[in-house]
Amino acid sequence: MVDARSVSVATGFGSVTFVPGSVRLGELFVTDDGVEVEVVRLEPLTFAEAPEEDEDWGE
Amino acid sequence: MTARSVPGDGLGSPSVGRLGLGGAPAGAVTVLYDRLRAEERLLLDAFERIGVPVDERYAPNVTFELGGGANEDWSGQVVLERCTSQVKGLALSRLATACGATVINAPDVIATCGDKAATSAALARAGVPTPRTGIAFDLEGALALCDRLGYPVVLKPVVGSWGRMVSRLSDADAVEAVVEHKAVLGGADHKVLYLQEHVVKPGRDIRAFVASDATSGDDVFAAIYRASDHWITNTARGAVTSPCPVTDELADVVGRAARAVGGGLLAVDVVESDRGLLVVEVNHTMEFRNSIDVTGVDIPGRVARFAAERLGV
Repeated sequence: MVDARSVSVATGFGSVTFVPGSVRLGELFVTDDGVEVEVVRLEPLTFAEAPEEDEDWGE
Repeated sequence: MTARSVPGDGLGSPSVGRLGLGGAPAGAVTVLYDRLRAEERLLLDAFERIGVPVDERYAPNVTFELGGGANEDWSGQVVLERCTSQVKGLALSRLATACGATVINAPDVIATCGDKAATSAALARAGVPTPRTGIAFDLEGALALCDRLGYPVVLKPVVGSWGRMVSRLSDADAVEAVVEHKAVLGGADHKVLYLQEHVVKPGRDIRAFVASDATSGDDVFAAIYRASDHWITNTARGAVTSPCPVTDELADVVGRAARAVGGGLLAVDVVESDRGLLVVEVNHTMEFRNSIDVTGVDIPGRVARFAAERLGV
């Protein structure tokens, strides 16, 4: 269910929907085009395509 | 040594211009992360439940300026390092520790667990049972080592998780092919050929979670079986989880493994073999989203309490 306060924002990879003020750095979204993006900056709000993995990623 | 953060570090306007990790609210745990995954969200919720304030830090936006001499704000601070990027996590862990913070896990622990050859060396030094393991640096050495280990052998990158680029090699031809590919395509970490005996396991392995501290001892607080038809039994590759009892034998081997790498909050991977339990891997940034419901253990809560205890809370 979409929160009534939600807004949609274009990311360059499709649009994402969220409640203003609730977004955190590093948060992941899936756009309406099915692309996973992550929040890389809050002011201004900036999304980047989220890599699936990197060589040094892990537990 | 001074440190500073840049605007947009995830803390909102009060944090802009604040120095690095210094300046966290008194009694707060700093959670250092580079991606807000299910685990990080669960940890933030867990800290809230136990009433410990959290200072969230988005690692990609943290910068350090070294050599300024103003490190007084760091002592007494506790940092929970949760970066998916091992390189970033280790670097920040080292710098925060140098500035006087207590970092979970300690940089030496990250460095040891993040390199399978270093992990194996630490486990061997401590006499912890593991599969037979060796390293080589070229094809000739790799083939000789494989002959001693016996085929099939398992070749793993020294840096990496989630079963990535782990290969089961059935004969010398396969070894030759993969080693050549690594030589041509691989980066620096692929110059070390990490080879391990292939352990025939009962279609599953064990993931055990431990809080290990030199003072309070080792608490193996949860364990799961990870079962798969595939020979790689990793939940990231679709393994099915089920509860695993923490037996005395499991607690003993997991506790010894944790101490061997320096302690902290760790996830230890173990296989059952005809030689008993063998430790395969020790993970320093444990993932646990698939292990909470199946074990019934509040894993993020246990992690949060471990960090809060370092604050003296």
